[in-house]
Amino acid sequence: MAVTDMEKLTLGPIAYHWSRDERRDFYARVADEAPVDEVYLGEVICSKRAPFHEADLPATIDRLERAGKTVIVSSLAEVMLARERKATADLAGMDSPEIELNNAAGLFAREKRPHRVGPFLNAYNEATIAWMAGQGATHVTLPVELPREAVNVAAKAARNLGLGVELQVFGRAPLAVSARCYHARAHGRTKDNCQFVCENDPDGMPLSTRDGDPILRVNGIQTQSESYVDLLPEIEEIGAMGVSHLRLMPQAVDMVEVAWAFRDVLDGACSAEEADSRLRAMCGSAGLSNGFYFGTAGYRRIEGAAPAL
Amino acid sequence: MSLAELICPAGTPAALRTAVDAGADAVYCGFQDATNARNFPGLNFTPEELEAAVAYAHARGTKVLLALNTYPPAGKVDLWRHAADTGARIGVDAFIVADMGVADYIARTHPGVRLHLSVQAAASSPEAIRYYVENFGVKRVVLPRILTIPEIRKIRQDIPCEIETFIFGNHGLMVEGRCSLTNYLTGQSTNMDGVCSPASDVEYIRDEATGEMSSCLNGFTIDRFGPEEKAGYPTICKGRYTAPHRPEGYYAFEEPVSLNLSRLLPELIDAGVHAFKIEGRQRSKAYVRSVVSSFRRAVDDIRAGRTANIEDLVALTEGQKQTQGAFETKKWR
Repeated sequence: MAVTDMEKLTLGPIAYHWSRDERRDFYARVADEAPVDEVYLGEVICSKRAPFHEADLPATIDRLERAGKTVIVSSLAEVMLARERKATADLAGMDSPEIELNNAAGLFAREKRPHRVGPFLNAYNEATIAWMAGQGATHVTLPVELPREAVNVAAKAARNLGLGVELQVFGRAPLAVSARCYHARAHGRTKDNCQFVCENDPDGMPLSTRDGDPILRVNGIQTQSESYVDLLPEIEEIGAMGVSHLRLMPQAVDMVEVAWAFRDVLDGACSAEEADSRLRAMCGSAGLSNGFYFGTAGYRRIEGAAPAL
Repeated sequence: MSLAELICPAGTPAALRTAVDAGADAVYCGFQDATNARNFPGLNFTPEELEAAVAYAHARGTKVLLALNTYPPAGKVDLWRHAADTGARIGVDAFIVADMGVADYIARTHPGVRLHLSVQAAASSPEAIRYYVENFGVKRVVLPRILTIPEIRKIRQDIPCEIETFIFGNHGLMVEGRCSLTNYLTGQSTNMDGVCSPASDVEYIRDEATGEMSSCLNGFTIDRFGPEEKAGYPTICKGRYTAPHRPEGYYAFEEPVSLNLSRLLPELIDAGVHAFKIEGRQRSKAYVRSVVSSFRRAVDDIRAGRTANIEDLVALTEGQKQTQGAFETKKWR
C-alpha cells in the first residue's frame, strides 16, 4: 500500500479573527517556507470580519501564487443577511475555477460553472457527490466526522467521477455553526455590538466542563473541538483510499513545521511515528484526536493499526 | 391569508392517532432507523405501522409527512432509498429531506410525491431555497429557527415555494444539519445516525456531600445543579461551561428554554407562512393532545377573523422558561 505521488497538502482557510498583520506575516511565511501545494483564503465563519482583510486578498493571492501555490477562495458557511448573500454571489460570480463553496446559496449563484465543494456543504455519500459533480463540482471536501469506511467509499466514488477529494487531517474539528455569536455572548454582548472580541482568541476560546475538562472551543458563531484532529498516522491508508488532498487547518502553532511533518511522511523522508511525535511536541498541551475517523467519539485517540478495510 | 396548516409530531402510532384526532392538518413521522433525525429508542414506525397510520390519517383528511432528513454516510445510501420506496408505496403525502443525494433519488424515482426541504438542510436564504426548488422540485421549505418575522416576510416574497416554521417545542440555536457536537462526545452522529445527546449515554450523579446533581453525557459533566434546582437533561448546547473569564459556569450557547410563538401567530400568518410545525416526536400522547388542540383552536379563530385565546397556549409552557427565540428580534444573535 504505497502513498501515491498525487497526494497534495492543502492549508485550509483561517477560521479565526487574526489581525491583518498576523495574516500577512502568516501567509508570507507560508509562501516562503511551508511545503503545501494549495492554500484556501477568505472568511468562512463571520461576515463581519471580512472587511478587515479583504483588501489584502489580491496581494496575498499574488504572493502565494508566485511561490508556486494554487490559491482557492472560500465562501461563507452561513448565508442569511444581505451582506452575506452579496458576498456569496460576488464570489460565485468570479471567473476563476478555483473557488470553494460552503453554502447552497453559492451553488445557486455559481450555476454549473466549475467549483470546489467545501466542508460545510455536507457531501456525505456517493449519491450526493455524483449529484454535485453533475452540477460542476471538480473537487469535494468530505465532512470531518465521516468514519473511515465511508471515507473509503466516498473517496473512490469521487475519484471515479474525476473529482479531487479532500479530508481534514490536522486542526480543530469544525463541530457546529449558529446564527448567534458565542464569543459576544460570553462577554455579555450580541453579534451586532460584538466589538470583535474574538480577536483575543487566536486559537479559539476554551470551554470546560464544571469538572475542569476542556472540551470545546468557541470561535464566533462556530463551535470547534478542543482537540486537534491528527490523522498523520493514517495518511498512508487515506491516500490508498483515493483521497487526493490532505487539509491542514491553521492553528496557533508553527504551521510550517506542522506541514513539514506531513510532507516528510508523504515524501518517505521519515516514518509516520517519528513525524507524529514531532507533531505532538509542537502542539504542546493540545490533545490530538482521531475518533471521528475510527467511528467513535471524536475527542478520542485510537492508537495502533486498525484492520484493513 | 395563508392556509396556516398545523403540522404535528407523531413519535408513535398512538401519538399519531392522538394528533389526528386533536385536529392536525398533517403529522410527521419516521421509521425506526437512522433515516430520520429523531432516531430514539422506543420511537417511530415499522413499515406496517406506517401503513396503518396513513390509512387512519387519510380516512380523517389528515396528511402524513415522512421524515427522511438525515445524511446517509457513503456505503449506506440504500437504507434511505428503501425507506423512500416504502413510503411511496404506502402513500405518504410528502417526504421531508435534507441530503442532496436523497432528494435527487426521490425526485427521479417518485416524482409524484411532494418534497419538503427539512430544517436539517439549513437553507436560510432565498438563493439556497431556490437551489432546492429548481433542482429537486421542492414544494415547501422548513425554515431554520434563526430568522426574524421581517426576514421571513422578505424571503416569502423571493421564493417560489411554501414556508413552514417551527412555532412550539424544543429550541436549539445550532444550525441544524451542521452539528457534530454529539458525535464528538459520544460517537453517535446527529447527521448520520439521527441522534442528539443520546439517553443511552446519560447519567445523573449526586454528590452526597454537597447535594449537587451533575447531569452527564458519556462521562462529561454537561451541567451541575444545586440541591434546590431541578436537574435538566444533558443536551450539549444547553449545558453550563466555564470559560477563562466566566469561571462561575454559564450557559455558553443557550439557556434551556422552550420555543413558544403563540403570541406571534397572527403576525406569522400575515407574513405568509403556510404551515406551522410543532416540535416533539419524543413527547407523550397527553402533551400532543393538549398542544395540538390548543393550537387548533387558536389557528381556527385567527382564520375566522376572531381574536384567538392565546393565554391557553402561553399556559402550555407555564412554569418553564419560554422564548420567542429569533423570531421577534435579532438582538439575541
